[in-house]
Amino acid sequence: MTKMTLKDLTPGEKARVARINKRNIIGRRLIEMGVSPGCEVKVERYAPLGDPIEIKLKGTHISLRKVEAEIVEVEKEC
Amino acid sequence: MKKITIALAGNPNSGKTTVFNNLTGAHHHVGNYPGVTVEKREGKRYYRDYEFIIIDLPGIYSLTAYSPDELVSRQVLLGENIDIIINIVDATNLERHLALTVQLMELGLPLVIGLNMMDLAEAENLKIDCSLLSQLMGYPVLPLVGTKNKGIDELLDAAVHLKEGPPAFLKKIIRYQSGVEKHIEKIKGLIPPDSVMTGGNDRQESLKRWITVKLLENDSEVVSRMKRIPNSQALLAQVAESRQQLQEQYREDAELLIVESRHAFARGAVREGVEFPGEDRVSVTERIDNIVLNRILGLPIFLFVMWLLFQMTFTLGQYPVDWLDQGVSALSSTLEAILPDGLIKSLVVDGIIAGVGGVIIFLPNILLLFLGITFLEATGYMARAAFIMDKLMHKMGLHGKSFIPMVLGFGCSIPAIMATRTLENPKDRLITILVVPLMSCGARLPVYILLAGAFFGPNMAGNVIFSIYLIGILLAVLMAKLFRTWLFPGPSEPFVMELPVYRIPVWKHVLLQVWERALLYLKKAGTVILAASMLIWALFTFPVADNGNALDPAEKMEQSIAGRIGYSIESLIKPLGFDWKTGVALISGFAAKEIVVSTMGTLYSIEGEDADPEEEYFQQNFAERVREQSGFTPLTAYVLMLFILVYIPCLSTVAVVYRETNGWRWPLFLIGYTSILAWIISFLVYRGGLILGLA
Repeated sequence: MTKMTLKDLTPGEKARVARINKRNIIGRRLIEMGVSPGCEVKVERYAPLGDPIEIKLKGTHISLRKVEAEIVEVEKEC
Repeated sequence: MKKITIALAGNPNSGKTTVFNNLTGAHHHVGNYPGVTVEKREGKRYYRDYEFIIIDLPGIYSLTAYSPDELVSRQVLLGENIDIIINIVDATNLERHLALTVQLMELGLPLVIGLNMMDLAEAENLKIDCSLLSQLMGYPVLPLVGTKNKGIDELLDAAVHLKEGPPAFLKKIIRYQSGVEKHIEKIKGLIPPDSVMTGGNDRQESLKRWITVKLLENDSEVVSRMKRIPNSQALLAQVAESRQQLQEQYREDAELLIVESRHAFARGAVREGVEFPGEDRVSVTERIDNIVLNRILGLPIFLFVMWLLFQMTFTLGQYPVDWLDQGVSALSSTLEAILPDGLIKSLVVDGIIAGVGGVIIFLPNILLLFLGITFLEATGYMARAAFIMDKLMHKMGLHGKSFIPMVLGFGCSIPAIMATRTLENPKDRLITILVVPLMSCGARLPVYILLAGAFFGPNMAGNVIFSIYLIGILLAVLMAKLFRTWLFPGPSEPFVMELPVYRIPVWKHVLLQVWERALLYLKKAGTVILAASMLIWALFTFPVADNGNALDPAEKMEQSIAGRIGYSIESLIKPLGFDWKTGVALISGFAAKEIVVSTMGTLYSIEGEDADPEEEYFQQNFAERVREQSGFTPLTAYVLMLFILVYIPCLSTVAVVYRETNGWRWPLFLIGYTSILAWIISFLVYRGGLILGLA
């Protein structure tokens, strides 16, 4: 299976967070916002200009840039 | 009367400020924490037999050392005098909000947890078991609805109970993975007992543990604090070794390991204490976002909202402005008739009333603008604005969050520059601070209204002013890009942020906030501008020529101090189409940009003195006088507006930048670059206009 990140999902798609690939401030902030391994995320939409993206996670809406979404590894359920 | 000091803590968007307002009424004062310009709100409440001092901490997600807000909150919470923390959490968003609660629990202070927005949680069919949550968290968990003022006093009851009553609640210690705990024990043993100053034995023990955990998290502030203790070398060596071992054991950075454990604790509590509705239904917020964040509609809607904001400010605001204008004119002419001729009369009418009156009459515009901005913040649309604008802002080297300070900049640069502290990355923050003054603030508006009204007629004036605002935005974008490329190359701050649920604002709180902001503006009018108006008057009046009567008013003015200064800079600004009078007005604008209006008022009212003063005051308004006497063409007027847009921000702004950046380097840089940029832009537009045959 190829590694897939949050950035690869299109609006409306759901997936499960597998791991956060970087231990920098972005990774920390993502965990603080509740993006942690095992939880289900849905990409709600792209911003009108194409970036950032909005994700839905446990009822919360969070926006993040595509470069940031890239460090979140996800698994799509079959 | 017994005193209880409470710190009110919570995430942004937890409704904390609403709860604070409910707790204290309007009896609070807003100030700043020493050294940083993080807003400090403190209020009082007398309830039962107690005097409650309530300190509203800034909204934070976490207690790290990444942002000034978090550092300030930590300092308050670690301080000597806090008795109890009241933690406001959003019941509809419990897991993430409880992650902060877990961090507060580690500080060893009694805690009351207020589950805010219970009405929304019920509407979403969330079943929250408060007593079970209380058991799980180890502290009282109480339901409340801040917007309806429900459950507020119960928070205070619980606080009194915790402080005075028998220990009904067991202090919960947050446990980490066994491997982490092993290292915590090792490190804790190396922290000397006297390095923790605050509280009794019990609290000291908690704080020691807290410091240990922070060391493992590699918290920059705690690490540098621990460098000052006697055995720091042994301690920090152990920390480094522990972090290394944990990394090997868990294949995960110790910092993320600890953060994740806290979240797991919060997650566990939510899993047990909350029952979620089965299906995932589309909320009102989602329905609204489907429209306002729509790929095609999002941008036009955003622009429309901004346009609406301006129409409200200018078109609607014009009526009260006219009334105030008439009132000030009437007062001025009354005093003109009553007071005996002489210096005093001149000071009162031409100095004080002309100056302060010129500012007061624009208060309706500024109130409406603040009202609009505060309303957008309170509804939750501001975060969407950042979401929509981020790509653009990011391209220009800024951050979507920079958009909010920049919009605030339309009201006043001072709160806008203070708002930049939500940007964690110092580079992003500094760039935003440097370009915020290019966003045309409310104080510049009177100048535009005067000039555009006088030279472009009522139908065009709005468009002309709009174009000035647009040019300001464009320049801000351009300069931000330049600063990012040349001054601060490097990575930018993460954009990860919450898009909060839409809310219907509580009008009382919106109005309170508008009032606070307007008060800042008025205070400026009352102090700085009064002093500056009198100074300007003096510059115009002195030296009084001995044979004053022999000179006509124009000659008198030329010989005044102001006139001489104006002359001395005339050669500098001549290429822009300005004469020495404009120079005088611009100099007065250093004090505050709105003073340009009153200076022009003074400049052009002096010349009109030989006409019948009473008749003239009623028949000719301010704008007409300027048009008739300045000799400006529409082009010069436009260039002057541009110059005023860009050149040196007001002294108060410079002072705030000095405080925010901790030194003179950046305020001086700001003064330098804006002056040069103003000259270049004005020169280009003026010369270009002349070539195109505009006059």
